[in-house]
Amino acid sequence: MRRIDYKLIEDLVPDGSTVLDLACGDGDLLSELIAHKHVRGSGVEIDQAAVEKCIGRGLSVFHGDLDAGLADFDDQSHDVVILSLSLQQLRRPRMIVREMVRVGRLAIVSFPNFAHWVPRSQLLLRGRMPVSRDLPYQWWDTPNIHLCTIQDFRALCREEGLCIEQEQYLRSVEKPPPARLLAPNLLARIAIFVVTRC
Amino acid sequence: MTEKKHAARKEIGDVAMGYDDDAGNAGVVRTRYVTFDQPGQELALEGGGTLAPFTLAYETYGTLSERKDNAVLVTHALSGDAHVAGLHSAGDKRPGWWDMMIGPGKGLDTDKYFVICANVIGGCSGSTGPATENPATGKPYGTDFPMITIRDMVNAQMLLLDHLGIGKLLAAVGGSMGGMQVLELAISHPDRTHLCVPLATAARQPTMAIAFNEVGRQAIMADPNWHGGHYYGGKSPAKGLSVARMVGHITYLSDEAMEEKFGRRLQDIHDYTFTFSADFEVESYLRHQGLSFTNRFDANTLLYITRALDYFDLTRQHGTLVKAFADVKARFLVMGFSSDWLHPPYQLKEIVSALRATHKHVSYYEVESHYGHDAFLLEREKMEGIIAAFLASGAKSYTPLAPPVAPAG
Repeated sequence: MRRIDYKLIEDLVPDGSTVLDLACGDGDLLSELIAHKHVRGSGVEIDQAAVEKCIGRGLSVFHGDLDAGLADFDDQSHDVVILSLSLQQLRRPRMIVREMVRVGRLAIVSFPNFAHWVPRSQLLLRGRMPVSRDLPYQWWDTPNIHLCTIQDFRALCREEGLCIEQEQYLRSVEKPPPARLLAPNLLARIAIFVVTRC
Repeated sequence: MTEKKHAARKEIGDVAMGYDDDAGNAGVVRTRYVTFDQPGQELALEGGGTLAPFTLAYETYGTLSERKDNAVLVTHALSGDAHVAGLHSAGDKRPGWWDMMIGPGKGLDTDKYFVICANVIGGCSGSTGPATENPATGKPYGTDFPMITIRDMVNAQMLLLDHLGIGKLLAAVGGSMGGMQVLELAISHPDRTHLCVPLATAARQPTMAIAFNEVGRQAIMADPNWHGGHYYGGKSPAKGLSVARMVGHITYLSDEAMEEKFGRRLQDIHDYTFTFSADFEVESYLRHQGLSFTNRFDANTLLYITRALDYFDLTRQHGTLVKAFADVKARFLVMGFSSDWLHPPYQLKEIVSALRATHKHVSYYEVESHYGHDAFLLEREKMEGIIAAFLASGAKSYTPLAPPVAPAG
């Protein structure tokens, strides 16, 4: 089953553009973008096994640690830089957002919304760190070290002087997004932001 | 990929000795020789003049496919030779220098690929070099041998490909000086390889490497037996060569690797001897490596090859590195090694950035290792899966060299 968040990201990427996918994993999203949007795509990935999978699929991939920034990539060298559901795992998320708009004209960031009512209520009613389908880890073993909310991300963009071109909300990576979502910060599980330097 | 015992024991040094279950499984191979002495086969040298006739020693492994689309050229480093894998006889204890990577089921799988490795010109393991007889004088060239460059080495190997009937390689793979040959091949013969895998190398010889090479050369030239390079038939400058090799060896290791392998341990003694004998294991190791090198290597070849390395500078040649790579057609997998202080990862990343600037297909992988520069000869598990994946996916997009178009009319 095709992931809806990938489909939404795909719709945001211009046909034939140059794309850099940060934390590209096995290269699933990149492969879809190359197949459907004819992009000139490459990825950045830290895990050896994932890099090997990407290379085995004929993808261009750079083995590197995003926490060290994107020093190996030139200013405005890509049309689009994508960070899909990995922002919350980075040590320096603010730095990477800044790097994304330096390297790319368009930055697409998706992340789990920590203000969704499920984690909110777990914290409020049970007084425990939330454990859910989207965030299945215990507090002591989670790779998600920098969780944020839709409001938080908007605030970061304001502080960085970035323009939010688009926001999209999902209630699941498997279900089509609702046509309209009132109170997204409460009801969206996943948010996709398109940001640029103003 | 199955876990194999080869993780258990590692040798640091010149050759990864046969510690694998599948060591030498490329089988018994024979070094072949081809002499280029026909008109049109003269090797025009970058530094001026020509080399003719000249001979290349080479070995091959696996079978060349009918369509000749599975050839992989392995280019060797400073002290390497054509014997890259397999054994020279059934009882041979010393497999080729990159045996861990070449053979059935290995990174360069000889069940799939036809692997070729040739001794470079200027070498001393069968190819024409300073110890070869100069046809003009009937005596060994010595230092009358012309200065050769990385490009000359590559051009000579292109003639070998012609001889083998191979138009376009599937891949060119090499580490250190071998990596420089891979880069040069991609630039000066863009139609002759589909894939390039440069490892532990640089687009220009770094200053520190020139400095170490100069120490090695000075050691050789200071040896009273060197005689301006014309020592053949007499005593060879073995002491100088062995010191040059000791210096080289230090640059191939790392602080961490030396601490781990030798520490401050003493060699077969319990206390200092308060003399200048080799008290420390590390001294004993270096002396042994230096001495055994003199049995198989020619001092003049070390002079010539280190010079070829020092002159290698794609930026100087092309203006910028981006321009150097502007017309390459090959897909690249560039590999760096974390503790390599001869060619630290930033030198590999420079290559990647320059290729990316003109949208070439390039991947970068950095092997985490404490073996220093030698890691590319040792870190089998961390390299072979990625190299195998790159070749397998690259084979799918291989297109043969278009035959030359007949001139119109």
